[in-house]
Formats: sequence, C-alpha cells, structure tokens
Amino acid sequence: MDFYYSLAQIIGFHALIGLSAYVVLQTGQVSLAQAGFFAIGAYVAAMLTVLAGWHLVPAMLAAGVAAAVMACIVGFPALRVRGLMLVIATLAFGEAVRLFFFNFDYQIAKGGVKVGPLGGEGFRQIRWFPEHGWTSFDVMLFVWAVVALVAGALWWMDRSRFGAVLRAVGEDELAAQSVGLNLTAVKVAAMTIGGFIAGLGGAIYAHYTTHIEHSNFNVLLATFAIAYPILGGLRNVFGTIVAVIFVQGFLVEGLRFLGDWRNLLFGALIVLAMNLRPNGLIDAATAQRLARLFGRETRRA
Amino acid sequence: MLEVRGLAKRFGGVRAVDGIDFAIKPGEVFGLIGPNGSGKSTTVNLVCGLYEPTAGAILFEGQDIVRVPTHQRLSLGLARTFQNIRLFANLTVWENLWMAENAPAHRTESGFLKRWIGGRGDARDRIAKALEFSGLSHRADDLAGSLAFGEQRRLELARALAAKPKLLLLDEPAAGMNAEEIAQLDERIRALQRQGYTILLIEHHMELVMAVTDRICVLNFGRKIAEGTPGEVQADPAVREAYLGTAA
Repeated sequence: MDFYYSLAQIIGFHALIGLSAYVVLQTGQVSLAQAGFFAIGAYVAAMLTVLAGWHLVPAMLAAGVAAAVMACIVGFPALRVRGLMLVIATLAFGEAVRLFFFNFDYQIAKGGVKVGPLGGEGFRQIRWFPEHGWTSFDVMLFVWAVVALVAGALWWMDRSRFGAVLRAVGEDELAAQSVGLNLTAVKVAAMTIGGFIAGLGGAIYAHYTTHIEHSNFNVLLATFAIAYPILGGLRNVFGTIVAVIFVQGFLVEGLRFLGDWRNLLFGALIVLAMNLRPNGLIDAATAQRLARLFGRETRRA
Repeated sequence: MLEVRGLAKRFGGVRAVDGIDFAIKPGEVFGLIGPNGSGKSTTVNLVCGLYEPTAGAILFEGQDIVRVPTHQRLSLGLARTFQNIRLFANLTVWENLWMAENAPAHRTESGFLKRWIGGRGDARDRIAKALEFSGLSHRADDLAGSLAFGEQRRLELARALAAKPKLLLLDEPAAGMNAEEIAQLDERIRALQRQGYTILLIEHHMELVMAVTDRICVLNFGRKIAEGTPGEVQADPAVREAYLGTAA
C-alpha cells in the first residue's frame, strides 16, 4: 500500500509544479523557470525545518513566498522578451538556480552531526515527517490537501476577472493593451503566483524525498512542468491534474513493466494525445460542455 | 478633443505618415480617408499608442499623450476597434466585454480585490445593456471566435464602448460587411454621436463616410491633401486625382 501512498505524493507535488506552469501559460508565456522556483522552495523549506527547527507549515509558506519574490524579480526582465527568447531566458535562470545550489554550502552542527546543504552532495536528512511520527498515509493526505487548496484557489481565479484577464493577454497582447490592460503587470503577477505555487511544491518534495540535490531540479523537471498544462489543456485546472495523473501514474509508473520500451511508448503516447486533443485533454469546447452539463449556463445576465 | 500636430512615422526608409495635422472637435464624427497605403491605419496606431511617432505631437484634451503607455490611453478616454477584428476568440462574448472595464469609473466603483477576484455581479447590468445595444444578448455565453463575421464586428464595437471612452477610433468598421449590415452600422454611428461620443472613422466605404461624417481629412502617401465637409472634399480636385488618377 505504501507504494500507492508514495505514488500519490509524487503526483501531488508534480501537480503543484504543473499548476504553477499553468498560471504562467494562461498569459501565453512558456516558462522553463518553474523547476528553479521549485528548487528554491525545496531548499528554503528544508533549511527552515532542519536548521531553524520550524514547523513544516510556516516553512512551506516561507518557501512559497521566497520563490514568489524571486519569480517577481525574474519576471520583470524576462517578460520583456517573448516566445522562444523567453524560453531561453527562463531556461538560463533555471540552470543558474541549479548551479547555485550545486555550489551552496551551509552546514551547522546539530546534536553532534553536521546538517544542511553541502554543494554537489546535496542536502540530506530532511526528516521532519518521520521525526514527527507522520505515516506515509498522513503525508499523502497532507499533500493532497495542499493540492486541493491550490487547485481550488486557481479554480476560483479562473472564474474571476483576473483569470479572464490572464487568458485575454494570452490570446492577443495587442488587443489586451488596447482595452487598457497593463501587460507587464498581468504577466509579472502570473509569474509571481506561479512562483509561489512552485515553491510550495518544492517544499513538499524536499520533505517527501528527505534528500535533495541540484540534479533533481534539472531541465527535465522544467519540461514536465510545462508539459502537464499543455497536455491537459489550459481551460481549467483539472486538465493539468488529469495530465499529471496520466503521465506520472500511467506512463511513468504504470508502464514500468515494459522496461526500456517504456520511454519509447511514453513519447509515442504524448504525441498521440496531442494529436487527438490538439487543445489539451480538456479544451475550451469540452469545458463549456461540462459547464452546460452542470447547469452553469444560467449565468447569463 | 484630439489634435495631431506634424505627426510623422517612418518605417526604415518608408514615410508611412509624413507630417499630418488635424483636430477633432468634441461631439463630431471625423472621417479619415485615403487610398490604400496612404497612412490611415498607421495614424490610428499612433494615436492609440501601438506605434511611437518619429516626430510630432498628439494632444488629447490638451495633454500631450505621446509618452503615455498604450494601456493608460484607455483610461484617458481613447478606445478603438481594429481593421482585422481582434477579439479574444477563446473567451466568451460576455468575458470580452468584461475585459474592457478598465476606465477610471470602473476602478472607483468597486474596490481592488472585489474588482479582480470578486465575481461577475457588479458588471452584470452594464454588460447586459451593452449586449442589448449590439444585439448580442442571445450569444453572451458563446465563445467570441464562434460568432459570425458581422457579430464579431458588433462585439468589437461593444467592447470599445464598454471602456466608456470619450473618443472612439473605428478602423474600417464596414470592411467585409454587406449592404444591410452597413445600413445598420450607419444607424449605430449616428446613435453613438447622439449619445455624445466623438468618433474618428477610418473607412473605405465612401457612401458611409459621406453620410455620417461632419468633416473629413484625406490622406495620400502619408500627407494630408484635403480637409473639410463631405461636400467640400468631394469637390476637391486633389482628392479626385488621388482616387481616380489624372487623365493621361
């Protein structure tokens, strides 16, 4: 059973990094920096619980805020460029963060052993969960409670004017400017919110795995982060979560018995999914049909 | 209301707009016409801030707005439609109008948080009225991209109006419309003028321009060649030459 609890936790923090990319993608920006924000969240939260002895929840919030501040700072220069140039700029940022942690030593002695991040060897013994007697099941519930909170907040956001504004900017920047929307403010706001969510995900990840190192936060993770919302469709948060379950639960874990053939099939299935559902697993038309199904068309004024 | 002085825009060696002047009085419908490539659309893009002028001044209610960022020009009271319709195709008709609520009046009406993350309540009545004026009430929840061409044009106009502008820039609103739709557009422009809007109309369809405008400015190769009432402009030899060419 522990295998499934563990898988559910993996899906949980992948859902968070996927949702962080979802917010940024709403404005039409492809950001490969999400793994960098995830790394910042992971290290900050782990240092607070292990070195400063904080409770996990405030440490997570602080990790989210630290990643959000970084995202806001990176957002201003990065979002002046778009398309491929933005991809390169954010990729460079993500790598810079990874290399920072590759060189980052900050160890203090605690109870006779030295703890803390140690450059390339990483940060070991992030044992807040076992130290506080949480079982794998408890951790899973906690992770999914956070995912549910974030997804719920984003679901609300999508229905608010702010959410529609993000989509409007993603659709047509020229028209958005002409109706009085401040592109920079909107994009940086999306980037900041995305940074916060990625930071939360990183904090959970660090405590799930108990040992983090720079190579966990490479380009592959950044690619996964944007693949989820693109695969799932940008119309609502459930698309992203469905995509994470599909990729992590089915493609990565479900097909493990195929051995090396798995990677081949993995690529083929993503290509197939993109071909069958070019606008994502849950696209605008599907979302509207679902809304109709649940009788929401009555919102007409 | 709007005054343009010595406005010029060069793209590399091309002088798209080459030092034009005109002034629009409050409450009038001002036409901007000219053959293809004469600089009409460039002028609109300069006025609403999508391009930065090479030289010249743009005064809106006496204030030079050349340095005002594009998105803030809407708060001053400038709204536009596009020659090739630019709606938010994957947003609903209702949401398209919601996006344009960025005028100072909208800002003071509800608090920051309520405005951005509150629901649709505040905007409901306003948008219902706008939809009715445009004859789009029955399509409120459809995606803007799924509308018929004429409906998209009407929605774009409604979206510009939702921003509560003082000056409305209409960039070829009749392009691609049939006779019946043009008659409706004629009626709508007159209705807007009665409601107190000032309108800058860029248009190729001469019948419409001559019928609804108070004054017209004619451009050719980026320069102004004539200005006056529809009657005066039609009688002007330079205008006839620009449109019909000289007799060989």
